[in-house]
Order: sequence, then structure tokens, then C-alpha cells
Amino acid sequence: METVKQETLLEIDNLNFSFKTQRGLVRAVRDLSITIKKGETLTLVGESGCGKSVTAHAINQLNPMPPGRVDSGRILFNGIDLLQLKKGEIEKMRGTQISMIFQEPMTALNPVFTVGSQIADVFMTHQGMGKDEAMARAVELFHLVKIPAPERRIHAYPHQLSGGMRQRAMIAMALASPEPGLMIADEPTTALDVTIQAQILDLLGDLKQQIDMSILLITHDMGVVAEMADRVVVMYAGRKVEESDVNSIFNDPRHPYTLGLLNSLPSNPKYKQAKRLEAITGTVPDLLTIGDGCPFANRCAYATDICRSSFPSMSEINKDHSVWCHNHESVKREKAQ
Amino acid sequence: MSNPLVEVKDLKKYFHIKNEGASETVSLLKAVDGVSFDVFEGEILGIVGESGCGKSTLGKTVLNLYEPTAGEVLYRGESVYERHAQELKEQTKKMQMIFQDPYSSLNPRKKVAKVIGQSLDIHSIGTSQERSERIEHLMQEVGLNPLFRGRYPHQFSGGQRQRIGIARALALQPEFVVCDEAVSALDVSVQAQILNLLLDLQEKHNLTYMFIAHDLAVVEFISTRILVMYLGRVVEIARKEDLVARHVHPYTKALFIASPITSPEQRKGEKHIFQGDVPSPINPPSGCHFHPRCPYAIERCKKEYPPMKEVAPGHYAACWVV
Repeated sequence: METVKQETLLEIDNLNFSFKTQRGLVRAVRDLSITIKKGETLTLVGESGCGKSVTAHAINQLNPMPPGRVDSGRILFNGIDLLQLKKGEIEKMRGTQISMIFQEPMTALNPVFTVGSQIADVFMTHQGMGKDEAMARAVELFHLVKIPAPERRIHAYPHQLSGGMRQRAMIAMALASPEPGLMIADEPTTALDVTIQAQILDLLGDLKQQIDMSILLITHDMGVVAEMADRVVVMYAGRKVEESDVNSIFNDPRHPYTLGLLNSLPSNPKYKQAKRLEAITGTVPDLLTIGDGCPFANRCAYATDICRSSFPSMSEINKDHSVWCHNHESVKREKAQ
Repeated sequence: MSNPLVEVKDLKKYFHIKNEGASETVSLLKAVDGVSFDVFEGEILGIVGESGCGKSTLGKTVLNLYEPTAGEVLYRGESVYERHAQELKEQTKKMQMIFQDPYSSLNPRKKVAKVIGQSLDIHSIGTSQERSERIEHLMQEVGLNPLFRGRYPHQFSGGQRQRIGIARALALQPEFVVCDEAVSALDVSVQAQILNLLLDLQEKHNLTYMFIAHDLAVVEFISTRILVMYLGRVVEIARKEDLVARHVHPYTKALFIASPITSPEQRKGEKHIFQGDVPSPINPPSGCHFHPRCPYAIERCKKEYPPMKEVAPGHYAACWVV
């Protein structure tokens, strides 16, 4: 964390994003503000449908619009509002300063071109290199992401590589920009086996040491958060419910949902002798039926009347840790007992 | 320990894979390659391994959903494969399966009551009134509102759908249930609910589970014994406590090391990560299949597959180096 500079790279300011569906307007992201500093790894954590991927895709305008729609807000990248950019301008941004890696590299890579030529393409399109130079740079990047025998592997088609190798190739492509500013990694290890996941997380950690970049890491896995994050934003049903430095979120979670998420993990040390897990009851509510109250209220053991009628304002635990919960004091008291 | 309910003896399941291209060559995929173990009554045997290790094929072959290439599975002492149609029907009442994907494993055109009650119809159990009551009872038991019996699968969330799959598996009051990645497709908070439900049901009905999963943390929590597979073979099997305290096989070690940490304080500067990919089960490495990734490998590992050795009472591992 000591490498984190104080300059802000990305600022999402009060974003509201919705989808028009046959059943009505789904408010996928509500009043969301996030900042990512230069050199920082921010993880966005939450379960399916919480709006974490919509948020990531809003940054480089990858959400389908329509039916998607930005209702309000700004996304400032180095001071430029990305939401105001034209299609061509955002495309240039994607190839040069904001890169993205996806959960399933097989669907993100083009199956009819070799991985080397796809990476070389980035250099040729955005930096005007010739083919030979671009291919040479592709080999360099394969070295960097530790793909064995890179001179041979750049001529492979995606299906000829294993899942782990494909993800490495994806990462190499994301690094094929003159100044990798922000890498958005959307569940980069979810589709991988656990021994391969460990390798990829290790690689991302190494690359951060070597290259001055920020990572926005999207995950549902608190183990990945523990491994990678500098700071953590917890989302639930489109809302930010807790934000903190990584140590504080694990040692002193204040939102009942964050607490429930940690308690849902069978690997939590508290279950060494336990017969059952402390599961969160109920299910995520239908985004169409959520009113202005706290979306977690129907599953929350701490919920009071006010939770059902109004979403709480921010409570600051300390300068790096904030929570949006009417009853965070009760959470603290109960944990102390 | 109680009697073995299921005895798996040198079970093999090979698939013939047609190679692409002009030549009509066929490769042999040895998904399960000589696996032996017992499942004892009332236990939860966890089967853990990475994709392609053959754990799902093993589960399906044990249930006679796949015909084995060789080997034998005994259920209460009798072969599950040498059965007449009528006996087979009786057998399926006792042995059931819960599938991974709650989306593709439920018929989208059937109402939930029909999905859960289909096996009651097939086996002509009870009057239609009794079946209807049984379906309601099953729905309650797995935490579904019986008022939703007329809904279709797509009207339920992933977790609720998995509950439907569990209710279906329990309809015939089985003794032995194979849970094939039963919680892998679920969100963590729902996963915790389903794990608790499976444990409640196991206690209440004295079920025996074979619990197949790739997630070591889940297997470690739910199981009483754990079997580790790698490329079609068992590499280690032990009581859960023994395996957690002492993992003997280098691949088991690799799985434990790769298992995600639970707090940022466990971050290590220098990690001992096992390199390399899981090789293809078509033409796996010679000798011990793990030797190309194994830091402890010796010459012998490249040539001969190691036999199972008892390293402690009830704790077996297949490794030349232990």
C-alpha cells in the first residue's frame, strides 16, 4: 500500500445507471461514488446482480445502450468525463489507457486469429507500429506474463491454449498500451482451477510491482479480495454499502451484509469445529421492487423500521473506512460481546 | 466404522474421442482410471480435484449413469451394474444425484410440482392425493413455499432452483446421494444456505453423501472423509481431520497452498506456488501423472505409477516420495 500515490486516477461521481426492461426500469447502480488512486488496487465485491459489472462496463461504455442508460453522474478519468466522450474517443481510450480482462478469456479472444496477431493488432492500431515490431513486442509481453516458450506460443490460436494460458494472453493484451493507466479485471480468475487461480493472482501482484498501473478488480470472492486489494468497496443490489482499506474490512466489518458475506465462507477460521455456517437468510430482492429503503433490510438481522423507508447516509468509522447502515453501532456492539 | 454402503473396486471409465481432421484416429480419454474406495454408511465423502480430474465421471459411473469400462461397484454387497430392468428401478430409488447447474438440470417446460414428483409417478408410489401431499412436504422440507408448486423453474432464483433439485433427489427417500458440484454455481451467501440444508437433511434422514466439488474449503467444511483426485486417479484419501493436519501427497499440498487466504494478514511475500497447468487426460504424463509439476519428483516417478500406501491408519496416499 506504500506505493499508492495520492493522485486520483478515476473518479466515479454519483453514478446512476438503469436498464429499461419489459417489466419496468431496473436501477442497476444507484448513487455510486468511487475513487481509484494511481497505483492502487480497488476491489469491487458483491454477488450476482449487485451492479459491480455494470459499474465496470460503464467506465468504458461497454454496457448495451439502450436498454442501458446513464441517469446521472460523471466518470472522471484523469479529469476527463468519460461519459461525455464520443464513440471514437472512448475506443481510443480503451486501447491506450483503460484496458480490460474478462472472466472467460475464450469468449473475449477472437478464435480465428492467433493470440500474437491479436496483441500485435493493439500496437499497430494505437501506436502505429509495423507488423514485425508489433510481433516482437507481443513476444516481450508474453515473457512478462510468464508464458513458457513465447516465440512459439504467439502463433497459437486461443483454443490451443489452456484456460490459464489464455488468461495470461488476455493480460498481455491488456498491457499492450503505451501507458497502462487502469486495468479493469472482471472476475479474472473465477473460471479457473484453484492452482491456476493462485498463479494468475500471483502474476497480477508481480505486474503491479513492475508497472505503474491501477487495478479495478471485480470479484465475488473474499479470498481474492484478501489476496489482492488495497481498498474494498462492497456493493449490494446496486448500492455501495461499505468502503474501507482491506485490513479494516476483514477485521472490523460494520455492514451486516459484509459480515454475512465473511460468515458465509466455509474457510472462515471460526468454522474449524462448527457443524453449520452462519448463512444470510433469504434472497436478494427483485431490483424492480426495491424502494428507497436499504435493499438489505429484508434479510438483515439488525433491521429496524427506518431501514425499510430510507437508505442511510454515510457513517465514518475512521478516515479510511465508511459504512452506509443505520445500525452499524449495533453490529459493533454485538461483535464486541 | 460402520459397514461400507458402497464399494468401488478398480473402477475405470474410458471415453473414445474422435480426433479432428481427415484421419479417422481415435484417442482414449481415461477419465477414471482404476479407482478404489469405500463409502461408509452415514458419512460424507468429499471428492476434490480440478477440472478434468474425473470426479464427475466417477460420480456418474458409481450411480450407473455411465457404463464402466472395467471394475465393479457394490451397493450393500451387490453389483450395481448386473441388474435386470426391475432391479435397476428399485436400485435407483436408493441412489440419487444432485446436479451442479440448477438451470440446465430442470426441465423448463414442467411445473415445479411435476419436476419434483416425476419419480413418484414413474415408480407409481401412492395415490395422486398422497403424491401431492408428499410434494408439498418435500417443498417445505427444502425451504420452498408449497404455494409456488404451479410455477415454472425460470420463475425461481438460482438458490431456489437448487432446492428444487434437492427435493427431486429426496422424493424417493434415497439412502445414498451423489452431490455433483451442488453448490459451485451459487453465490456465496446462497451457497452457505444450501450447505446448511444438505447437512440438515443428511442428519434427519441419515443419508450418505458423495460430495463432489472443486472447492477445497467447501469440501473441508462438509466432509467427514476426503478423497483427492488427479487425472483419473486417487492420489490421497483420509479422514478430514487427518488430511487437514497432514497432507502427504504433493498435489494435495498444492491444493491446500492454492486455497484462497481468509484474511489479508496471511499475504506472504514469497509464495510457494505450484507451476504448470493440469495436463490433458488424453495422453497424461508417464509414471505418476503429477511428476512434471511436482517439486519432489525423482527418477522413478517418471516411469512407474506409485501404489496406494497406508501412511497412517485409514490415511492412504499414492506417492513414491512419502
